[in-house]
Amino acid sequence: MIAESLAGKRIAITGATGFVGTALVERLLRSVPDCQLVLLVRDGQRTPAARRTQREILKNDAFDRLRAEFGDEFDTAVAGRVTTIAGDVTIDGLGLSDDDREIFRTCDTIIHSAAAVSFDSPLPSAVEINLLGPTRLAELCHELGTTPHLVAVSTCYVAGNRRGKAPEELVSEGPFDIGLDWRSEVASARRLKGDTDAESRSEKNLLRFRKEARRELGAAGAPALAAKTEQLRNRWVKAELVQAGRSRAASLGWPDAYAYTKALGEQALTEIKGDVPVSIVRPSIIESAWAEPKPGWIRGFRMAEPVIISYARGLLKEFPGVPEGTVDVIPVDLVVAAIIGVAAAGPERAPAITQVASGGINPLRYRTMVDFVSSWFTRNPLYDSDGQPIIVPTWDFPGRGRVQKQLTRATRALSTAEKALHALPLRGKQAEFAATLENRRIELDAALEYVELYGLYTECEAIYQVDNLLALWDSLDAADQEAFCFDPRVVDWDHYVNEVHLPSIVQHARVKSTPGKHTPIDRPARLRKQVLDPKRHVAAFDLENTLIASNVVESYSWLATRRLDTPDRVRYVLRTLLEAPGLLRIDRQDRTDFLRHFYRRYENAPVEQIEHDAREMMTQLIITKSFPAGLRRVREHRAAGHRTILITGALSFNVEGLRPLFDEIFAAEMSVKPDGTYTGEMPVVPPTGEARAQLLADYCAAEGLSLDECVAYADSSSDVPLFEAVGFPVAVNPETRLAAIARKRGWLVEHWSKASGSPQPILPIGELLSDRERVVVVPGTTTTGGRR
Amino acid sequence: MPRPGFVLDVDRSTPPMLFWRGENFSLEKLPADRTRVIYPPEPLPGIDDVDGAIRNALLNPLDMDPLPALLTPGMKLTICFDDASLSLPKMRRPDTRQRIIEAVLELAAEAGVDDVHLIAALGLHRRMHDYELRHVLGDRIFDAFHPRGLLYQHDAEDYDNLSVIGETDEGEVVEISKRVAESDLVVYANINQVAMDGGWKSITTGVASYRCLSYHHNPATLQNTRSLMDRHHSALHHSLWRMGEVLREHGPKIFTVETTLNTDTFPSPFDFLAKREWEWTAKDRATFLATQKSLDRVPVKMRRKIMHSIESPYRMTGVHAGFTPTVHEKTLENVYAQHLVDVEGQTDILTMGIPYICPYNPEGIMNPILVMCMGLGYLFNMYRGKPLVREGGVIIMTHPTYRDFHSVHHPSYIDFFEEVLPDTTDPAVMSEKWEAKYAEDEWYRHLYRTGNAYHGVHPFYAWYWGAHGQQHAGRVIIVGGDAPTVRRLGFTPASTMNDALEIAADVVGRSASITHLHVPSVLVADVK
Repeated sequence: MIAESLAGKRIAITGATGFVGTALVERLLRSVPDCQLVLLVRDGQRTPAARRTQREILKNDAFDRLRAEFGDEFDTAVAGRVTTIAGDVTIDGLGLSDDDREIFRTCDTIIHSAAAVSFDSPLPSAVEINLLGPTRLAELCHELGTTPHLVAVSTCYVAGNRRGKAPEELVSEGPFDIGLDWRSEVASARRLKGDTDAESRSEKNLLRFRKEARRELGAAGAPALAAKTEQLRNRWVKAELVQAGRSRAASLGWPDAYAYTKALGEQALTEIKGDVPVSIVRPSIIESAWAEPKPGWIRGFRMAEPVIISYARGLLKEFPGVPEGTVDVIPVDLVVAAIIGVAAAGPERAPAITQVASGGINPLRYRTMVDFVSSWFTRNPLYDSDGQPIIVPTWDFPGRGRVQKQLTRATRALSTAEKALHALPLRGKQAEFAATLENRRIELDAALEYVELYGLYTECEAIYQVDNLLALWDSLDAADQEAFCFDPRVVDWDHYVNEVHLPSIVQHARVKSTPGKHTPIDRPARLRKQVLDPKRHVAAFDLENTLIASNVVESYSWLATRRLDTPDRVRYVLRTLLEAPGLLRIDRQDRTDFLRHFYRRYENAPVEQIEHDAREMMTQLIITKSFPAGLRRVREHRAAGHRTILITGALSFNVEGLRPLFDEIFAAEMSVKPDGTYTGEMPVVPPTGEARAQLLADYCAAEGLSLDECVAYADSSSDVPLFEAVGFPVAVNPETRLAAIARKRGWLVEHWSKASGSPQPILPIGELLSDRERVVVVPGTTTTGGRR
Repeated sequence: MPRPGFVLDVDRSTPPMLFWRGENFSLEKLPADRTRVIYPPEPLPGIDDVDGAIRNALLNPLDMDPLPALLTPGMKLTICFDDASLSLPKMRRPDTRQRIIEAVLELAAEAGVDDVHLIAALGLHRRMHDYELRHVLGDRIFDAFHPRGLLYQHDAEDYDNLSVIGETDEGEVVEISKRVAESDLVVYANINQVAMDGGWKSITTGVASYRCLSYHHNPATLQNTRSLMDRHHSALHHSLWRMGEVLREHGPKIFTVETTLNTDTFPSPFDFLAKREWEWTAKDRATFLATQKSLDRVPVKMRRKIMHSIESPYRMTGVHAGFTPTVHEKTLENVYAQHLVDVEGQTDILTMGIPYICPYNPEGIMNPILVMCMGLGYLFNMYRGKPLVREGGVIIMTHPTYRDFHSVHHPSYIDFFEEVLPDTTDPAVMSEKWEAKYAEDEWYRHLYRTGNAYHGVHPFYAWYWGAHGQQHAGRVIIVGGDAPTVRRLGFTPASTMNDALEIAADVVGRSASITHLHVPSVLVADVK
């Protein structure tokens, strides 16, 4: 009797926060009433291990059934049986405290289910966790002088890419062993980590990251650029290591780094275990529960799910695979029951290796599964954002190469288009389009990733033998078979796929499964409400393209031409057009340099005249080109009791007319010569880029306000430092780069435009001052009009 | 001798009727045997010697001493004049106001008056651009007064320069420009284009404070203004006349000069506009087609520019000066002589074309709120006696009703459209809930006082202007308007006149009578 043989035992479990681990904890608590559980959980970055047990394990819906059974007693009942110890299988000795070591020493059984299951983990971390994890457990036992029963969860896929039978034996003891030394694999993986890191710091690479960061952020200022560069470097290192794992695995005949490290892990454990009795359990692809704790229970979005959902959303038009091959799927509750069965059998009776797989005795053919899935989604389609059902594509089982080629080509085309769009000076809706394109590319990237990662699994034609599993099954009495079912033959695939698995994952994927127009919770409206909450302190606004569709060049041109006659105006326009490319280039590199360079033009301009003309410009240029919704927002902030601040690189006299809107205006100041003309020089750095963040921080500090309660409105990626400094960033008419950043970070995006129908001077030039007689010009009537 | 206005019964042989559609026109075939078209009288002949007539009026005023007798050296003389909302479209130079003021200044100079101020009587309208002032006053006056700060525009929010004259029996406080209040003589130079204008209204709105205006510019008053063109049945005018009494007793001496114009509104390329459709010559038809097609082909901004550049060849039909109420009665006689058309009985459906301009968008954009104001406020009110359309009847207007706004002139209109109209279209509710917020908004006040913006509260007033029509009509349909915009106004959009008549049938039945108010030009229906 399983429950009896584990009664009074203390069972340590690693990986309890994972898919199998959670189900295992639940099952043991529910079906083996008298055992004690010791959960080895890593401390989170902010949450300690014990808290993680509460939050990530016991709060899971797997425990709903147990909660219902226990009622109010649940917490006390669980607390009496579960102990959490903080530890990490990637550290020698697991990093246990002395007390925890004592607890660990008293364990009778250790179930090791911690693993880097992600198929694309970087090689060194896969090695640390999957390869060395089990050996560290065994070594700790040696150290503590104990010999608990160690049940290690591995995977069927350690058998590698082979056709035909895969028996329940160590790969290193089978006929296809190539005599790998796991120690040298470990050493080279660790070396690779150092080498890759060193390479990422080479001059060439650092320059490349920096260039990339600049392309992504634009003139965002040195600190933001540095952070981005470092992020890109880390990302590159990770990508290199992931690729290294994939290549190494492929070179040795494994589908991926996971299977490869797991295989070596088994080998290492066998070698190291000494007198610690070890039983290995190898499940195949674990999917949602057949019956326990409830049909369809699943945790996390796993291997097949993203593929299936992408297919249902019409994104994955093709997926490789051998139609008559088997997809070796096994429901999680069967795996958990088998693990408990092995643990209960104890070191004496448990087989050294037990495979939990369906392929050998109850195969699900790839074609059958695809048919199930496609007909299920034809009956229960997902819906697009317009509420229209999505028709699922028909797969014709092409080779992997072809699919990959198609996807790669599409991805490349999209990235090129994306780059081109990023280079264009787009704003607002057009910039959003670029972001849509980016989304599309990310989806394609993911599809490509799935094909690369999982394609091998659908093409795998190995048949996993389950003789040991069945022998164990046969040794159970009827009651155990009832309570701990792990016989793969019970699964009726039709029922499982159609009634259990697909409904469950559709529910989990949070996709739209009902028709009708999408009525999402209006996120922008919610964010807008937050932004205008009276609790906020300050609303800071950029000017150009945030509140008005104009810029310093336009203001200057308007003022400069105001008192010119027509021929001079023409000359001015031509000259400015000639200079434009150069000015644009400076502006792209550094806003401050641009402003300094450009404002020199005001040298010798009489202050009085400029101030007088600037008042006129307010109406003719600034208000004409203003965004009414933006000005309304400023006043809404005021009405909500917030302080309103204008931060702009424009010169102070140009924005004087906006003063009634703002409590504070930070603008570029120009010094004045004794003769009452401007010097063309700015004594203080104008508020641009990262200086804006600093300015706002200083202001808040001086006024006793909190930056976290600030709202900032701006339009450009150079304002990212400002956005990052405040609690509530709002991207207004974002240019492409900022649109992409805002979308990723979930910032509120506003699209404000000029009042439609407003006069739009083609050139920012004031009306001629001399009087003009207006004549009636009606096209087409001058010839037929008769009298003149 | 110009022909009087008349009412045409439409039969099968009647050609399609001309409708304004904003900056363009359309011809609409109206159903035979149940439609009548009201044509305005033809333009009356103008006075040939305008300057002579003005001088004559100044020297022979009504119920007052001649102007020279009122002018003494060392006195404070203030000349107020109507702003850019008159005339519509603007008249060809020289403007009547320029002629009046030049005559007055001449007499003042002769009398040795040297403290003279010129004030544009804006009320809550936008400040005029310099080029508009030049147009109205002429370069000579502008150059003489403007640089010295003696020509300026009234500011209804400048409480340092406003003063209270007194209070009416009904508790309305009369508060006007301090300079006007303290003047020894105020001369008001007026253009009376429609019967609503002039009289005590000139001073009591033109140079009054916001506070003073709010006594009569409100939903209750305007719903009881039956109609704006008939001052004896207008609650608005009753209030203004009460204020006028206060002015007469406690205010400065006011010498009103009122002028009337004929309806010769459009210059030669647009001759066809003033003609009756069945009298169109081949040339008229060709001009109409050419104009309509070319306007269709140019962008709407260009279309606006073209239309707003039209200057009218109006001619002055009368000028009277002296004591305000006496002068105004004479003026009204002249106005009615040009505008009145006798009409028998009301109609179920009233159709009207809405032009590109109304008193609140000279040189600007006829935004959706102004479409409402023009249709239900002005054109609907073109009656004396009973409204042309019966209570619960349908009003059909033609206008593109773009969601376009002039950001400089109409900043508060934009917010009114985005904020107030989605909440309510009921004048009483919006007055209660929203008006104060707009009226007291610091930013609008800043733009009104320093820029060229209408006062923050102005969109409310424009909306209240249509309150009587809105209350009276069972349904309002706009043909050819931007559908979401039309719906936001609380109206029903229709794409063609036939669709509109179909929709109207739901309210007034299939055999409902139809009356088309033929504009241009202006007429006042005397409904019996």
